[in-house]
Amino acid sequence: MRYAYYPGCSASRGGAEAYGQSTLAVSRALDLELTEIEDWNCCGSTPYSSVDELISSCMSARNLALAEKMGLDLVTACSSCYCTLRRANSMLQHHSQLQRDVQEALAAGGLEYHGKVQVRHLAEVILNDVGREAIAAKVRRDLTGLKVAVYYGCQIVRPGPGFDDPEFPQSLDRLTESLGARVVPFPLKTRCCGGSLIIPEESVALGLIHKLLDSAAAHGAECIITVCPLCQTNLDVYQGRVNKKFKTHYDIPVLFFTQLVGLALGLSGRELGIDKGIVSAKRLVSKYK
Amino acid sequence: MTMEVFLGILIGLGILVGIPALIGLLLTGTVGWYNKHKTAQAKSGLGNGTGFLDEVCGMLGGDGICNCIQCGTCTGSCPNANEMEYSPRRMIAMVRAGMRKEVISSDSMWYCASCYLCTERCPQGVPVTHLMYSLRQLAFRNGFSYGPTGEPIMNRAFVDIIDRNGRVHEVSLMLTYYMQSSPLAVLKMAPIGLKMLLRGRMPLRPDTIKDRQQLTAIITKARALETARAAVEVAS
Repeated sequence: MRYAYYPGCSASRGGAEAYGQSTLAVSRALDLELTEIEDWNCCGSTPYSSVDELISSCMSARNLALAEKMGLDLVTACSSCYCTLRRANSMLQHHSQLQRDVQEALAAGGLEYHGKVQVRHLAEVILNDVGREAIAAKVRRDLTGLKVAVYYGCQIVRPGPGFDDPEFPQSLDRLTESLGARVVPFPLKTRCCGGSLIIPEESVALGLIHKLLDSAAAHGAECIITVCPLCQTNLDVYQGRVNKKFKTHYDIPVLFFTQLVGLALGLSGRELGIDKGIVSAKRLVSKYK
Repeated sequence: MTMEVFLGILIGLGILVGIPALIGLLLTGTVGWYNKHKTAQAKSGLGNGTGFLDEVCGMLGGDGICNCIQCGTCTGSCPNANEMEYSPRRMIAMVRAGMRKEVISSDSMWYCASCYLCTERCPQGVPVTHLMYSLRQLAFRNGFSYGPTGEPIMNRAFVDIIDRNGRVHEVSLMLTYYMQSSPLAVLKMAPIGLKMLLRGRMPLRPDTIKDRQQLTAIITKARALETARAAVEVAS
């Protein structure tokens, strides 16, 4: 199974490098062939959509055009890239004026896009193209008893319709169970972590992160898994700040879902970049040898 | 004590207190003052009018707001509605009432974290999140590069970096953001930055794409198309 791989800035050489690293390691183990899109550019994310509609669509369209040349579907593990590229793809389909303008702009760079690329999230590819049974058959490390809060966040399921329910998704819960781990109830699994507001409006975002950590802890989670670089950063890097602000003592490692899948498949913590978490997952990894 | 000694002490004290105060002012005050000044200027040039609804409906995120039935599901679903000057439901009502100045200068759309819960739940299919993007674009076009939140500055810094390099660089983004908003706040971020640096999560060298020329050609063309369209709209 071959895909045009779009790492995104954060997972390629940014704060979520461990996500990119574990994505590649797990894909190899699951026989998913990810070919990185040559010279991909930033999708523009929310900031470009806030500044300029046409150029923001062009930012996504350049990547879509490069993927189309490869004749493959585009796969990314970053929820924000996924949402942004998907949005551009659908806007281009539904707004003919925008489509004409984007074509003209792309042509200035010697590119063209015919709308043939499908944008997919790695989690969905693993679920649907590999399948839970195939993964369960490859499990090498026994995670029985590990209590996991599965945090979907927003942009992997919204705006719908996507591959799962926009508010009460189950697919990653089932995937986690097929690894042998136990999924704890997590009612806030698709609630917002504050996203990039963590920089300009830290106290607002810390309030939202606090609610998520509180819910995960109350349900006995030993770790949280995420599917987005920004969610991971907010829950992990800012966990200390939440503890200080709300006088709490959360000590919950926040893993990328690929890291948990990788651990179950028997890959080492180092291969998966687990040591890059600010809240240490060492105890957790050594508990399940 | 002679007059000279007294003056000398006075000048000495002045220098001791004055220079750090001046540096502090320069670092924090000037940027804030300049930006606030610009915002005040921008605000004075905004006129309310009936054309505002058409203006918003003409944008890609604005189509559909005529379907709004003011049920407030968006506001009830928004995680940050409490932080906003006007709730999402109210913002839509204000757009329809032609309150251009109040809407564009408000902080509401800047508190949107793009969680899409409002969009998902709206019984009328109003793309509220995309409407927030459109209102942000209008705010930028009208000179609101500084607001009650730092979000516009961060958005602009982000866009400038990718226009230049083709990829975003988190360290440059943070530094640019803090230099332009509140330089002293960078000290508050130091412990977090250090932790990330030690875990290898903060590469210092920016990543760039190889074919920057191609990206620039695309952006330049898109900008030219927009300018031409805006000129036609003004003429008509």
